[in-house]
Amino acid sequence: MAIVETHDLSFDYIRRDEDGNVSGINRALDDVEISVEKGEFIAILGGNGSGKSTLAKHINAILYPTEGYVLVDGKKTDDEANTLTIRQKAGMIFQNPDNQIVGSIVEEDVGFGPENMGIPSDNIWERVEEALKILGMWEYRKHSPMRLSGGQKQRVAIAGVVAMHPECIIMDEPTAMLDPVGRKDVIRAARALNDVEKITIILITHYMEEVVYADRVFVMQDGKVRMTGTPREIFSRVEELQELRLGIPQATRLAYELKKRGLTWLPDGILTEKELVTELWRSYSTM
Amino acid sequence: MAIILDHVNYIYSKGTSDEIKALDDVSFKIEDGDFIGLIGHTGSGKSTLVQHLDGLLKASSGHIYYNGEDIYDRDYDMKSLRGKVGLVFQYPEHQLFEEDVFKDVCFGPRNMGMSEKDTELAAYSALRSVKLPDELYFVSPFELSGGQKRRAAIAGVLAMKPEVLVLDEPTAGLDPEGREEILGLVNELHDEQGITVVLVSHSMEDVADYADHIIVMEKGRVFMDGTPKEVFSHIEELEGIGLAAPQVTYIMHELHRRGFEVDTTVTTIKEAVDSVIGAVWNA
Repeated sequence: MAIVETHDLSFDYIRRDEDGNVSGINRALDDVEISVEKGEFIAILGGNGSGKSTLAKHINAILYPTEGYVLVDGKKTDDEANTLTIRQKAGMIFQNPDNQIVGSIVEEDVGFGPENMGIPSDNIWERVEEALKILGMWEYRKHSPMRLSGGQKQRVAIAGVVAMHPECIIMDEPTAMLDPVGRKDVIRAARALNDVEKITIILITHYMEEVVYADRVFVMQDGKVRMTGTPREIFSRVEELQELRLGIPQATRLAYELKKRGLTWLPDGILTEKELVTELWRSYSTM
Repeated sequence: MAIILDHVNYIYSKGTSDEIKALDDVSFKIEDGDFIGLIGHTGSGKSTLVQHLDGLLKASSGHIYYNGEDIYDRDYDMKSLRGKVGLVFQYPEHQLFEEDVFKDVCFGPRNMGMSEKDTELAAYSALRSVKLPDELYFVSPFELSGGQKRRAAIAGVLAMKPEVLVLDEPTAGLDPEGREEILGLVNELHDEQGITVVLVSHSMEDVADYADHIIVMEKGRVFMDGTPKEVFSHIEELEGIGLAAPQVTYIMHELHRRGFEVDTTVTTIKEAVDSVIGAVWNA
């Protein structure tokens, strides 16, 4: 069953001058048609201005379609009666962890969401404990969030969403402001939520190496979905990706360059170092 | 001509219970025309270090020499140092404030005491070197894209005609296209105008591709100092402090371990392609 569906979704940002007259229209989404099944790990790739964040904000009912419609768990997002249910079902994580933390102690911050939903307080503490343990932040529960590293803050923010028991979490470039260690921790957390907790994950990123573990990838440009497929299918199309000016992981780039230089027996769509080494070794040892 | 750091120490909140030693006996030399990659874990002292290079922070002890002169000397002209060593902060676009791009770029040189005519000439030439399209010179900085804003901010520093350009994570938060654009620009400034570059980065791949000299910081100390090949040959030590080698170096190590005759000191894709092709044909 689909948890998120968009039909002919288009969205215009309308710019107005000082008198309120329309001075420009910018089509940020153009006829986007996607469907995400429950339990999937989806990655949305695209450069700045490709429309990926605008799409994310539609799934969380922050923006409403100019044309077409969006369904979250079968409910239309532009019907105000659905807004609260949708925001509980589809939680959202943003780029900057500092903008998402409200509590002065980690456990209070994580409890904020469920408390706001009117959950009884015994239940809140259960949910906080469970969420902090899943994200590996339980030992920091009494800390001030402001003294944590970027990656830890981001995991606290994710715990806050997890405590609301969502079915789907949309992460809008959650690693863009983190260092490599923080990036790894956040991606690992996203995979664990998907694998163990069966939460649908929609990860928006411009780092290609973060999409390797996704079930499916959507590549966006100019408000349109340009490519759809498994990471392997997407990564086999190196030239198209280069045209879309997306950064390609070194293992994939090296495999592509080696193929061009005569190692034609290398398969397409190599994703990881391990795969490249295995493929090279297999052919080399039988030569 | 060079920048020399001689046993530099820096202590935050000195004399309080929160005292932190951010720089611990740091010594190294930056030669004229170098392209330095400065790497290290978050909190290793990189940002504190770069703020010493243009005198924004003053060392608690130790000396810094710029072109042979001690910058802490009483007679030293600190203001001119800030023009010679241009510092581009993290997210520099947050510091754009004027009503149009051109005025913003003029702010630095004017503040340095350049004449009005020289200021405008310097601003034009800086905007040209960052390749911002002419039609954007007189629009509000807030109407530019992320990559364009960042180039405008870099132009503001270039307009002061620095001899050394220090960039603290200039590609943070940009998409791959924007990253390539900024790094390509920095590389051009280095190659064509001979500007000395100090690039602070989290990306080992970027540092391996562009820098000719790498300084690794850890806990306020210089942990390693050498060419990319020298530094990235110490994979285990780097991993021990939360860093890594470029992905392609790992691939070469793994191939070598399996018996391929490849060069494990490779740090860029280009070198890797040649080395693997050579190993395969020689098999």
